[in-house]
Amino acid sequence: MFLLITYDVSMTDEKAGARRLRRVAKACTSYGTRVQKSVFEMQLGQTEWVALRARLLDEIDPARDSLRVYFIDQTSKTRIEHFGAGRPANLVEDTLAL
Amino acid sequence: MSQLLQNTLYLLTPKLSVYRDGLALRIEQDRQLKLSLPIHNCESLLVFGPDIYVSPAAMRLCWENGASVCYFTEWGRLEARVEGIPQGSVHLRRIQHAAASDLVRTAEIARSFIAGKIHNTRWLLNRSARDAAETADAGALRSVSDILIRLLRQLPATADTDAARGIEGQAAALHFEVFGKHLRPQVRQKFPVDGRNRRPPRDTVNCVLSFLYALLRHDCVSALTATGLDPFVGYLHADRSGRESLALDLMEEFRPWAERQAITLLNRGELGSKDFAFREGGAVELTEAARKTLVGTYQTRKREETAHPLFKEKVRYGQLPFIQARVLARALREKTEYIPHLFT
Repeated sequence: MFLLITYDVSMTDEKAGARRLRRVAKACTSYGTRVQKSVFEMQLGQTEWVALRARLLDEIDPARDSLRVYFIDQTSKTRIEHFGAGRPANLVEDTLAL
Repeated sequence: MSQLLQNTLYLLTPKLSVYRDGLALRIEQDRQLKLSLPIHNCESLLVFGPDIYVSPAAMRLCWENGASVCYFTEWGRLEARVEGIPQGSVHLRRIQHAAASDLVRTAEIARSFIAGKIHNTRWLLNRSARDAAETADAGALRSVSDILIRLLRQLPATADTDAARGIEGQAAALHFEVFGKHLRPQVRQKFPVDGRNRRPPRDTVNCVLSFLYALLRHDCVSALTATGLDPFVGYLHADRSGRESLALDLMEEFRPWAERQAITLLNRGELGSKDFAFREGGAVELTEAARKTLVGTYQTRKREETAHPLFKEKVRYGQLPFIQARVLARALREKTEYIPHLFT
């Protein structure tokens, strides 16, 4: 499945907020591509999604932070457009040769 | 993890470093992040040349998740492979080894691999014959294709594996005799081919073929290992220490597919004289840019879809070795005939 995950982590309590932000970002980089600062795209199997979901729900503070997940189907996936800098790689479709 | 969600990572530029970052591989060049690849999207990591660093933690992440790390020389010879202890069933391996000790069964399976190869070589020949600009070339290709069909008919009557190997050898020799005819006349003038040669390849066409075969061979080893078969014990190829005989067997039916890529690249002019380095003593090597072109083409071809003749389902070419490895495992378990993949 192809997912788009975005999040807002509250920084009002600076130290704890920064920690949650770091840990949410780490969980997302483990499973997908960072396309913008707090936006990730990922191509997952069921197992990976279950693991990532549990991990994210464990990290966030539901009273302060928010997390949104968009499940994107295969046809809509090809209709993503990108403008400007920082075009991310498509980890499954692109040839990964460096 | 489904095959569809995994990709192969090729590292071809010297001085790259691969680190572990959570559950992802982090590829850096001069301390700059080049790519972050979650391990579940990675089927294998192919490292070309001695100057690329893969950290121990990254390597561990790979083997824990069933991805292999393979080290190649710059021109594509496999030198080392790091992977986890295979999880495949001992039972399947025993069946595989028992079949390899049974002369009749060995010959049967070897004949299937050869039949697949000859059929697919004819697929390649006929395609080039259709596209050939000159009728003389088309004729030469067709006449080899006609001899191959006669060889294919002789195959079931062969007495043992050696006799079958003889037919395979004849077919391969005939094909390489006319291999140059796959190329357009002007391309052929620039890159003459004189049969198959290797270690090291002594002309540009053989050089391209060797590199593509190396990629294909790697995919066959991965497919067999993932299926739980032992890539070292083969049927068509006899045991030799350090040689992945079963992978070479499985590769036979896919060789024409790789050859087709080499032919297309040369005919379209995507590989030119600047892409090769000529060494003293006659060896020919690929430049870094040429290796990137080859890897790019190979990966693109792996992603193309085809209708599978047996399962009537859409599959990607890259999945075929995995499918065939499973077809082989099943044939071994059920003591039935192995059916190779036939290109159409």
